[in-house]
Amino acid sequence: MVIAQVPEIRFNQSQLLTEPALPGEQPSEQPAQQEASAIRAYLLSRGNSALADRGFHWLMVLCALSIFGIVVLIATELVVRSRIAWGAFGLDFFYKAFIDTYTGKPIYWDPVNGHFSALPFLYGTLVSSFLALLLAVPLAIGVAVFLTEMCPNWLRAPLAFLTELLAAIPSVIYGLWAVFVLVPLLKEYVNPVLIKGLGWTGFFADDNPTGLGFLTAGVILAIMILPIISSLTREVMIAVPHSQREAVLALGATRWEMIRMGVLRNARIGIVGAVILGLGRALGETMAVAMVIGNSPQIQRSLLANGSTMSAVIANEFAEASSDLHLSALMELGLALFIVTIIVNAFARMLVWMVTRGTPSSVH
Amino acid sequence: MRTLTDGAATGLAVLATLLVVAPLVAIFVYLVYKGAVSLNWAFFTHNPVPVGETGGGMANAIVGSAILLGVGSLIGIPIGIAGGIFLAEFGRGTRLANAIRFTADVLNGVPSIVMGIAVYSLVVVPQGHFSAFSGGVALGIMMIPTVCRTTEEMLLMVPHAVREAALALGVPNWRSVLSITVRTASAGIITGCMLAFARVAGETAPLIFTAFGNVGWSEKLSEPIAALPLQIYVYALSPYDEWHRLAWAGALVLIVLIVLAVSLVRYVTSRGVLKGAS
Repeated sequence: MVIAQVPEIRFNQSQLLTEPALPGEQPSEQPAQQEASAIRAYLLSRGNSALADRGFHWLMVLCALSIFGIVVLIATELVVRSRIAWGAFGLDFFYKAFIDTYTGKPIYWDPVNGHFSALPFLYGTLVSSFLALLLAVPLAIGVAVFLTEMCPNWLRAPLAFLTELLAAIPSVIYGLWAVFVLVPLLKEYVNPVLIKGLGWTGFFADDNPTGLGFLTAGVILAIMILPIISSLTREVMIAVPHSQREAVLALGATRWEMIRMGVLRNARIGIVGAVILGLGRALGETMAVAMVIGNSPQIQRSLLANGSTMSAVIANEFAEASSDLHLSALMELGLALFIVTIIVNAFARMLVWMVTRGTPSSVH
Repeated sequence: MRTLTDGAATGLAVLATLLVVAPLVAIFVYLVYKGAVSLNWAFFTHNPVPVGETGGGMANAIVGSAILLGVGSLIGIPIGIAGGIFLAEFGRGTRLANAIRFTADVLNGVPSIVMGIAVYSLVVVPQGHFSAFSGGVALGIMMIPTVCRTTEEMLLMVPHAVREAALALGVPNWRSVLSITVRTASAGIITGCMLAFARVAGETAPLIFTAFGNVGWSEKLSEPIAALPLQIYVYALSPYDEWHRLAWAGALVLIVLIVLAVSLVRYVTSRGVLKGAS
């Protein structure tokens, strides 16, 4: 029987977090490496109800395997449904645009005449996600450093709880807030300053009075991915053994030097993993972005211009797609999004796992 | 100089925390405030009224969400729990279990909109029309990874001695798993399910082209149905103040549900020792 092989007791992460970290104590050195006893192995193998046991076992295996099944099913459905668009455009879909013969301007997305190119959506997704990372990563790491290394104990639990709560607020509610609070705020106070101060770079051109656009999407995305990045970073930093911190401190380092050399350097792979996981979230985020990005398929240098993202265009056009080709093109966008997020997530999970191996993981 | 750098770094970390926490608290307080002033009894008892009339509520969307979540839970919770049982009880340490755990985590990160179009092509296209059932399927699939992983975590907290005691009494293994191990961890598993439930309760993207939304009352599984997050989305983007008010009220209802679920999970997991055993 399998159970008898590797006995392992894991503790829930949050339990560890609420405890004051004693010096010298590592999460990975938790006690109670309990052995599943020989008696147990014997009792399991006696099999006075072997048939029922085996049936139960396989039922559980089946359900667990269904998770694989779901991933495969999603992939095949998307591939099958996007065949028409793939047949019509091939790889051109992702990097070429139809050039209007009269005006000489590129037409990226024209459902009426059947011209489809993923370019503006790829651009929008990348720009808004990287903008979000740019804003969120320094803040998230700052928060994580504060929470693990500096925070007084009484403040730690409420802050952690708040982060958890904010990670659970639905996208559409962030979108609602963004439409009524963030957009007016940016439009009235932030955008004029950016246009005045940085307008000469071309990134902040004054030609969009709506307040919607890449920048707004980036800001709301940053707010949304902050809790995820900071809680994962915190997890990774907690996994750094205390002996590392003590060793650096023993050499006469200040607290910041201890954090920089003892903690951040050891946790850097995991932090990169956390950031990439945040990127994965930002890439696929739909509702909040669809509500504030302006939804026009164009590529503009200005971050204040309207744009669109892969997920936003699917959300907006899928239900009323005008033709099979249109539907298929949207499916292909979905497939691309699926593949990219799977790769990004798998990569990030591996990185986080490499660092927190041996310490318990929790669901995010 | 070094102490100066130290001080500066500490200051920056505190500043970052303030910069993050202040707006987040502001969002939260603002949502609760706006929701609280917008919410009234009619919200729960009336259907939406046409543009121009005041009053009305989201009764149909609340019922719709309940139906969608019911179908989703019927699909997601049993499969998720069974998957968790496999990971914790049968597959512990095996390569298959690691692969499944990894896939569940990755599936958790797949954008909900992609789930939506996949379910559209799996259920809606063969069926020929949008339906509550397809929306439920989409939500159910999204619940599986969360339920599976929390169930596993909770089961791993059950001491071996409990399992051994059951086996020593001659209880068959499946009985021991279901009535002893799972029962012991039941409080944790239930809250895990609530967490998954609360998460998908706010999902909008997969419902746009599965449940589709409905301006009227519908409780049939085979017909398009209204859902709270969908309604919030539509109302938020509408130009009418009255609809905005309803959107805020709907957001508050969703948030209360989520806060309840998250605090419950926190309470149960922080208690550490699972009390169900006694």
